[in-house]
Amino acid sequence: MTTYIIRRLIQGIFILMIITTVSFGLTRLSSDPMAQYTLGRVSAADRERIRKNLGLDQPLPVQYFRWLSLAVRGDFGYSITNRLPVSELIMQRIPQTLVLMVTAEVVIIVLSALLGIYSAVKQYSLFDNVLTGLSFIGFSLPIFFIALTLMFIFAVQFKVWGLPYLPTGADVWDFKDPYELVIHLILPVASLAIIQVAGYTRYLRSSMLEVLSQDYIRTARAKGLVERAVVVRHALRNAALPLVTLIGLDAPALLAGAIVTETVYSWPGMGRLFWQQAGRGDYPTVMAILLIVSTAVVFFQIVTDVAYTMIDPRIRLS
Amino acid sequence: MTQAPDTIKPPLTLNTAAAEGLAAPHSPGQLAWRRFKRHRMAVFGGFGLIVLVVFIITGSFFYTEKYANFNAPARRLEAPSPDHYFGTDSTGRDLFARIIYGGQISLFIGILSVALALLLGITIGGLAGYYGGWVDAILMRFTEAALSIPSLFLLIILGKLFGSEIPTLKLLGRTFSGSVIVVILVIGLTSWMYLARIVRANILSLREMDYIAASRALGVSNFRIIVQHLIPNTIAPIIVAATLGLANAIILEAYVSFLGLGVQPPTASWGNLMDQSISLIQRGVWWMWVFPSLFIVLTILFTNFVGDGLRDALDPRRKV
Repeated sequence: MTTYIIRRLIQGIFILMIITTVSFGLTRLSSDPMAQYTLGRVSAADRERIRKNLGLDQPLPVQYFRWLSLAVRGDFGYSITNRLPVSELIMQRIPQTLVLMVTAEVVIIVLSALLGIYSAVKQYSLFDNVLTGLSFIGFSLPIFFIALTLMFIFAVQFKVWGLPYLPTGADVWDFKDPYELVIHLILPVASLAIIQVAGYTRYLRSSMLEVLSQDYIRTARAKGLVERAVVVRHALRNAALPLVTLIGLDAPALLAGAIVTETVYSWPGMGRLFWQQAGRGDYPTVMAILLIVSTAVVFFQIVTDVAYTMIDPRIRLS
Repeated sequence: MTQAPDTIKPPLTLNTAAAEGLAAPHSPGQLAWRRFKRHRMAVFGGFGLIVLVVFIITGSFFYTEKYANFNAPARRLEAPSPDHYFGTDSTGRDLFARIIYGGQISLFIGILSVALALLLGITIGGLAGYYGGWVDAILMRFTEAALSIPSLFLLIILGKLFGSEIPTLKLLGRTFSGSVIVVILVIGLTSWMYLARIVRANILSLREMDYIAASRALGVSNFRIIVQHLIPNTIAPIIVAATLGLANAIILEAYVSFLGLGVQPPTASWGNLMDQSISLIQRGVWWMWVFPSLFIVLTILFTNFVGDGLRDALDPRRKV
């Protein structure tokens, strides 16, 4: 087990090296950080001085290793566009992204577990068939369509119709006021939930069906247990295992935020920060977010695999 | 060993039905087609896709591209009416005509980016699976690295990389924004990873088979073994992945164009028809995103149905 974890960690570091090398090259080549100094108000001598100060006069590999050696110590440098330390920019966004994403994740997991397991127990019932149809459609819906539709109905039209309406997110509001936070959360969380629940319900349904067809369930029924006890006490435990995988896969996204949803609802999260700063060529911020997110992806993959063996002793790691 | 002679005698009357079945054997393709036809949703999806393609192609005989790109500020943001079935956008362009031309671009992007992803995925997966060892280790770490960056993040970086200066292109007598090529490259470069993994996994098991050992013994070159023997034998999962990849490519195009990094106007795509909908939604404008989304959703739904049917038809061993 320990050797397995160590091997995975070394592989993970190797993968992160590839990611940072390639993305550093891509972000630096895609936009010139000096572009904002060519507005005529900066003399050529000053430009040279700025370039030198930012270390942009060095060859790219040197710049990369300089960035890397600082980044592994948690120093991501300064944002090129608004001159704040990158770590400060990101620390502002992380709580806001977490509020949105963790709320959505809890809703998603609870809803899809309930729906998936119920429709497996009632296989081929009306409920199951309707849910299957709905989840197929929900699976094919792009998130912007869901987000825009919900916003149009519950924020724009409800206002027109004189009903109590939800905010669009475009207004200025106070993050620390719990009431405002909740009403601003409803629509983005609902948008994220609809699309995810559709997929997860299918997954949990099929895992529950697989468990229900196993011998020990037949044994439980044969010895005369009530159906309720069979499902809740015996089947559920094993059927809930895939939830660990789903949560493990989603965990990095909790940090990364959701670019489209955050953009539609003007949610000040990490995804939107990434999109905005990438558009402005702010490579220190872009690289910092990429490093954080891909580290999270690699890390949670290892955690998921290890957690799985602990919960389910039938699985062995090789 | 002696046997009673009558037990090995053939039956006197031949079962004619069975004989006919023997006389006209079915090729694997025919068998797959039969299984596909039995999948009702897949046939429905295939039919839906054909209708969509016919609509998009014949539509351009009724509306010229010049009309689709024509700005008429006087009639901007008109709601759907008999004059403009789907309404007009913020510069007064007719959305119905733009849906037709946008659909051509979206499908064009979808097909070409899947082709690029196929090329990359099959090459990388094929090399990794056949050669194994350190080639495999490096290529697969690279694939994992690409998978570890959330795809929209990767899409945005690549979009910025290629999207800095965009010339216009002329192709088949029509003028396109060069951003179409950019989007194809970007989507192709971000969606080859699953294909590479599928192809690698298949080739890993196939290369141990006797017929590959026989080819090698006959002195067939590695290149020919991969191209002529291994890849044709993994064609079924490749076709399925490519079909589902088409749906994915169309949705990715919509995402990048929606975020303003994709296809640049005046060239229409289903994604960029919607790029102003967030700011216009406050004014009660719904037609600018409902209609493009509807076409995107239908295309994805139909393509997914076909993909599911193909999976069942081409890979009968696999039960879903």
